[in-house]
Amino acid sequence: MDLKTKFTPQSWPEHPEAATVEGKNKVLGFWIFLGGETVLFASLFATFLALKNKGPSGMEFSTQNLFELPLAFIMTMLLLTSSLTSVYAMYHMKNYNFKAMQGWLFITVLLGLGFLGFEIYEFTHYIHEGFTFTQSAFGSSFYTLVGTHGLHVVIGLGWIILLMLRNAKRGLNLYNAPKFFIASLYWHFIDVVWVFIFTVVYLMGVIK
Amino acid sequence: MSHDVHVEARNEAEYQHSRRKAGQAMRNQVTVFAVMIFLTFIAFAAVQAGFSAYLVVPLVLLFAGVQVGLQLYYFMHLSEKGTGIMQFFIYSGALVAFTMVLGFVTIVWI
Repeated sequence: MDLKTKFTPQSWPEHPEAATVEGKNKVLGFWIFLGGETVLFASLFATFLALKNKGPSGMEFSTQNLFELPLAFIMTMLLLTSSLTSVYAMYHMKNYNFKAMQGWLFITVLLGLGFLGFEIYEFTHYIHEGFTFTQSAFGSSFYTLVGTHGLHVVIGLGWIILLMLRNAKRGLNLYNAPKFFIASLYWHFIDVVWVFIFTVVYLMGVIK
Repeated sequence: MSHDVHVEARNEAEYQHSRRKAGQAMRNQVTVFAVMIFLTFIAFAAVQAGFSAYLVVPLVLLFAGVQVGLQLYYFMHLSEKGTGIMQFFIYSGALVAFTMVLGFVTIVWI
């Protein structure tokens, strides 16, 4: 079958991401990668928990006086909502509705950019207060953990934007359907990591 | 690459049936989303209310676990058939993750 085969909603398979061997392997391989990512983030979480509020003696910074819950709450809502909008995008992908899929992906990207904006604001705010990467062991572990997540958001946004641009005129086919699908898996995984960050870093951080 | 694919157009009844199924699945996803928002809200509210750490910490960790489970099984489709190997991989990662975090919070002191 030619890659450029045109489909109709009737002939489009129910699971387009798994309709080809390549698609199946991509999804499976991506879960192996996500298993590895879990370990990567676990090492950063473990380091943060071990070094939290530790550093040079007489350090004035602690999670209790740094973090502000309203900001973490807004960021959580943005990322959680963007997770739902990418579910909507995949719903339309399975219905062979390319335009609607692109539309929902666009909203996902906007929400992701909003999240990123708040994160940059948060980091610059801390740095202006004197809490920097090199200020303490606590600072290093905090910026490494939350910054690695932020980097994942940047990569995820770049990935989705590139897919949208590259396939803008192509429409959907069995070649790019798995690509969209795993990009959305990646985006959900970013939200999974954020759930632990807002719980372990922010919520457990402000508890006295 | 996709030479092994055999695609047939479904008849109208089959098509309508699968569209209805997909629509139902999407409504379930929105319900799952509402539950996740609710859990997040309760977690933030419980911390903000300033209850005892012995109550709040287990509560927010439990809510995070539930929320991640919902994300994996519904948003990332692990509840569908034929995802056994994928679950094996992600649970292997989770096992290493749990051991590592447990080790660091119990035996590292500075």
